[in-house]
Amino acid sequence: MTYFPEEVVEHIFDFVGSHRDRNTVSTVCKAWYQVERLSRRTVFVGNCYAIGPERVMARFPGINSLSVKGKPHFADFNLVPYDWGGFALPWIVAAARLCPGLEELRLKRMVVTDDGLELLARSFPNFKSLVLISCEGFSTDGLAAIATYCRGLRELDLQENEVEDHGCQWLSFFPDSCTSLVSLNFGCLKGEVNGGALERLVARCPNLRSLKLSPAVSVESLNKILARASHLVDLGTGSFAVDHRTDVYHTLMNSFPKFKSLRNLSGFWDASPCCLRAVYPVCTSLTVLNLSYAPAIQGDDLIKIICLCFKLQKLWVLDSIGDKGLAVVASTCKELQELRVFPCDIYGAGTTSVTEEGLLAVSSGCPKLNSLLYFCYQMTNAALITVAKNCPHFTRFRLCILDPGKPDPVTNQPLDEGFGAIVRSCKNIRRLSLSGRLTDQVFLYIGMYAERLEMLSIAFAGDSDKGMIYVLNGCKNLRKLEIRDCPFGDIALLKNVAKYETMRSLWMSSCDVTLGGCKALAAKMPRLNVEIINENEETYEFEENLSDRHKLEKIYVYRTVAGPRNDAPDFVWTL
Amino acid sequence: MEAAGESLRDTELRLGLPGTDAPEKPASTVTRGGKRALPEDDEEGYAKSNKSSSEEEQGEGDLCCQEPPAAKAQVVGWPPIRSYRKNSLHARKVEGEAAGLYVKVSMDGAPYLRKIDLKVYKGYKELREALDDMFKCFSLGEFPRKEGCSGSEYAITYEDKDGDLMLVGDVPWEMFISSCRRLRIMKGSEARGLGSRH
Repeated sequence: MTYFPEEVVEHIFDFVGSHRDRNTVSTVCKAWYQVERLSRRTVFVGNCYAIGPERVMARFPGINSLSVKGKPHFADFNLVPYDWGGFALPWIVAAARLCPGLEELRLKRMVVTDDGLELLARSFPNFKSLVLISCEGFSTDGLAAIATYCRGLRELDLQENEVEDHGCQWLSFFPDSCTSLVSLNFGCLKGEVNGGALERLVARCPNLRSLKLSPAVSVESLNKILARASHLVDLGTGSFAVDHRTDVYHTLMNSFPKFKSLRNLSGFWDASPCCLRAVYPVCTSLTVLNLSYAPAIQGDDLIKIICLCFKLQKLWVLDSIGDKGLAVVASTCKELQELRVFPCDIYGAGTTSVTEEGLLAVSSGCPKLNSLLYFCYQMTNAALITVAKNCPHFTRFRLCILDPGKPDPVTNQPLDEGFGAIVRSCKNIRRLSLSGRLTDQVFLYIGMYAERLEMLSIAFAGDSDKGMIYVLNGCKNLRKLEIRDCPFGDIALLKNVAKYETMRSLWMSSCDVTLGGCKALAAKMPRLNVEIINENEETYEFEENLSDRHKLEKIYVYRTVAGPRNDAPDFVWTL
Repeated sequence: MEAAGESLRDTELRLGLPGTDAPEKPASTVTRGGKRALPEDDEEGYAKSNKSSSEEEQGEGDLCCQEPPAAKAQVVGWPPIRSYRKNSLHARKVEGEAAGLYVKVSMDGAPYLRKIDLKVYKGYKELREALDDMFKCFSLGEFPRKEGCSGSEYAITYEDKDGDLMLVGDVPWEMFISSCRRLRIMKGSEARGLGSRH
C-alpha cells in the first residue's frame, strides 16, 4: 500500500467511515497517518477535556464537522454542580482560527455563551449545521446572531437546552434571503414566539423537512405553518390544546391528511385527547412517535392512536399507557425497535403505571426491539429472564425501578439473575443501566458476559468492592462507567488502574472512595485527571488539613493528553 | 417498666427491616443516599449492603418501617430523569393546579359558597346548567342562557389569573378553565356596569 500515490490511499480512506476505523488506520504507519489526518473531515471528541482544541485542529486541518461533549452524563440528573465546566468557547475560538471551513458543529452538555454563538456565526462562511443538546449558558440573543450571520444555514437543532429568554424576535433575524433551512428545532425554548416571523420563515424555505416547535406556538399558528409545509417529514407540534368548538380546531382536524411524507411526530405539549385525533390520518405511515410530553393523554386515548401505528419503529410514551397499552403496542407495532416509557408521576405511589407485564408483552410481540428505557415500580427476575430470551438483540437496555434497591416483589430476591440473563443473551449489548436490589453477583455476570458493553450505569447496588472489580476486570470494551451510592471503595478503585486509560471516564458519587485512594490513583496514572468535586464549603477551605481517610462525595476520573484543566472552579481539585 | 419500654420500642419509628435492632449510630443524611449497614443477623442476608434510607419502606405491610414520602423526593438525582423533562412535566402540572380546577363559586345574596371542578364540564353550556342546578335552591331568579347579561337578573363572572373580574363566555373554553380562579354570580344591577373595572 505504501507504494501507491497518496491520492489513491486517500481515495481508499474515503470508504473508511467510522471514527474508530479511521483512528486505527492512522496508527499503521507515518504515511498513512499523514494521509488520514489531512483527509479527515469529521472529528468526534467524546470528552472536551481529553484533548485541547488546538491540538485537534492542528492534526486535522481539513475538518468540516466537529462534535464535542462536555459534562459527565450524570449532569443530566443534577449531580454535577452548575459551574463545573465544559465550556464551548475555546473550541469555537480555535476553530475560528484553524478551521475556517467548518460547516457543522455539534455540542452536547456544554456551556455555550451568546458571545460564543456570535463568534461562531461570524467566523465560518460555509456554516451549515448547529446542533446543541443539553447545553446551557446562552439566550435567544445568541440565536439571533446565528440567524443573522449564518448565510446558507441548513440546520438549527436545539434539543433540551436551557435557553434564557430575551424576547421573541430572534426568528425575525433570519433575513428574507434565508431560504435554505432543512431542519429547525426550537422545542426547548420557553418564551413567546413571533408567530408571523415563523410562518414567513417556513413559507420561504421549500426544503424544510424537519420542524419542531416550542410549547408557545399556538394551534392557530401551527395551522398556518402546516398549510405551507406539506413536505415535512418530521414535525414537533407546539401547544396542542384548543377548544373543540372553535374554527381553529376544525382547521387542525383537516390539516394532516395531505402530509404524504410525514414520518416523525413529537411535541404534543399539553395535548388534549380531542386534538390528538387530528393526527390519526398520518398514523399509518409514522415511524417515530413521541407522546412523552402529553400527560393529559390517558391510557385509552393512547391505545386509540397506537392501534393505527403499525409501522412504528420508535415510541416514547408516559407510563400512563399502562400494561394494557403496552399489550396493544406489542400486537400492533411489529417493526418497533426502540421503546421509552417515562414516569408521569415521579413522587407518587404509581397507581396507573407499568409493571413487568407490559415489558413482557412488548418483548414477545416486537421481535426487532433493540433499545429500551423503561421506568417502572417493580420488576421480577422471571420477567427479565423471559425478556432476555425473547429479545436477544438488545443493544441498549436501561431499566429504572423507581424505588432504589427494590427486590423482586414475588420472590424477594435481588435482580441479579434477571440482569444476568440479559447480558448472557444479548451479546451485542452496548449500554446498560441497572436498578433494583442487586448484589455483587450481577457484576460477576456483567464482567463475564457483557463483552461489547461500552457504558454501564449503576445506582444503589452491590455489596462490596468485588462488584466493581468484576466489571473493571471483565468488560473489555467498557468506555464509560458511572456509579452512585454503591459500597465501592479504594480497593476497587485501585485494583486495575490501567483499565482507566482504556476508558473515556469513570464517575463515582456517594461511594466509599477516599482522598488517599484518589491520591494513589493520581500518582500511579499521570495521564488521568482525577477530579474531586467538593461542594462542602467547610472542607474545601482546609484542603491541606483533610485526612487521607476522608470519604469523597464525587469523583470524576478521565484519560487525557491535555493535563489538568485550567478552567476548573474552586470546588474542583485535580490531584 | 421494661415491658412497657419494649412495647414502646416496637412501635417506635425507625429505619430497619422488621425484627432487626435499630443501629447504634444515627442514620446518615438522606442527601448522601442515606447509606448505612444493616445489622449482621439480617434474615435476608443483605448484611453488608449499604442502602438508601428511602428504600427501607419495602411496604411489606409493616407500617413501622415506612418513611415519610417526602424522604423519597430528597434523593438528589433520583429517579434518573433529565431535569429538562422533570421541569417540563412539573411546570405543566403546577400550572394545572394553580389555575384552580376546583374553584369557589359565590352568589350575591346566598349565605354560603360552593366549589366546583371546572374539568368535568365540556363547555359553557354545561357550566351554566350546573350552576343553575346548584343555586336554584336559593330561588334567586333565572340564569342568563345567552352570553352577556342583557335582560337577565344575574351575570356569571369570574376572577382570572391577573385578579381581574371578567364576564364568563368571552374566551374559548380551554382558555377559560386555565385562567379562572373563582366564579362569582353577580346581581344584575352591578353586572350591568361590567366592562369598566369596579
